[in-house]
Amino acid sequence: MDKEKDWPLWEIFIRSRAGLNHKHVGSLHAADADMAIENARDVYTRRNEGISIWVVESKHITASNPEDSESLFEPADNKIYRHPTFYNLPDEVKHM
Amino acid sequence: MTTETSMLDKFEEKIRKEIKIEPRDWMPEKYRKTLVRQISQHAHSEIVGMLPEGNWITRAPSMRRKVALLAKVQDEAGHGLYLYSAAETLGTTRKEMTDDLHTGKAKYSSIFNYPSLTWADIGAIGWLVDGAAIMNQVMLCRTSYGPYARAMVRICKEESFHQRQGYEIMLTLARGSEEQKAMAQDALNRWWWPSLMMFGPPDHESKHTAQSMAWKIKRKTNDELRQQFVDATVPQAKLIGLKIPDSDLKWNEEKGSYDFGEIDWDEFWNVVKGNGPCNKERLNARVKASEKGQWVREAAAAFAEKQNQRKAKKEQVA
Repeated sequence: MDKEKDWPLWEIFIRSRAGLNHKHVGSLHAADADMAIENARDVYTRRNEGISIWVVESKHITASNPEDSESLFEPADNKIYRHPTFYNLPDEVKHM
Repeated sequence: MTTETSMLDKFEEKIRKEIKIEPRDWMPEKYRKTLVRQISQHAHSEIVGMLPEGNWITRAPSMRRKVALLAKVQDEAGHGLYLYSAAETLGTTRKEMTDDLHTGKAKYSSIFNYPSLTWADIGAIGWLVDGAAIMNQVMLCRTSYGPYARAMVRICKEESFHQRQGYEIMLTLARGSEEQKAMAQDALNRWWWPSLMMFGPPDHESKHTAQSMAWKIKRKTNDELRQQFVDATVPQAKLIGLKIPDSDLKWNEEKGSYDFGEIDWDEFWNVVKGNGPCNKERLNARVKASEKGQWVREAAAAFAEKQNQRKAKKEQVA
């Protein structure tokens, strides 16, 4: 086989309708950003799944390390006072 | 310090608790390898699967049939891409996978090594081949590897129209002239057994099943899925007045499902080994497509490079 390299990999984010966030849907290869958007249109929005597309070259994404997940996310576990149900109110107060 | 054993314990606990494994999580090497093999072969099947159907796009009997078939074949291309991306999250590259397909190292579903001889075959493929694929894919929506499961959810959502369009073709032919009905029956006769083989060798001979079940890559065995397919499909054939080509097929009241005849596993292995009616033709078509597209890929890469340089220059001036 030839020595040809793959086109860069792009991560695709789609806004499904106005008012919602762009959400990661998958990835694809494309030579440049314009082609990535065109390919994303064909691959990820064949059935009206989106009204807006973001593409980011995968190499630009920095991710947290799964092995650090305890030190990163556990501190939030024991802070129940950050949730409304932690506070006792008299029954007469119906909505707060 | 985390040792290999404690990593493995953690991994297995996640599997037990139905917590999905994600790309950067630690996983046993064999789990990774099994997934790369399975997902890439699944992707190749979607891509090679476009060939028998593409054969009929220009000869579809009406505009309605033509747009449906075009959309279906385009979906298969998309499904191949979702799956290649899922496999790439495991550290393989697109190029490695396509090279493995083109050199014959990687397999794809053997069903696509059978020819699509008449228009009725397009009906039979949608109804039976997509029907069997969907049964497998619905099960894989719950597979333990996150990116694979997510690709499967997308694919299943899109694929339900494939089976319906196939069954509608069969229904129309079965209600047509004597010749049309015979054509539908002939297609069913030829595609029935290869469709049952799609689920793979029987459980007691399947070398991957036990481990894949333990890791929850697969959630049902080959034989379970095959039985499920037979039970779902037999009444559909009856409904449109076609006969399943199996003289041993009969309802088993006690087990609440159909008994069916012996599958010709010699034929299955023969096709897997490359001796099916269309193995060479299919592979040649893929290699040729890749070779003919090479200048396009190179031109696009050169164009992107040039645009980047221009952009960089402009930014410098500004």
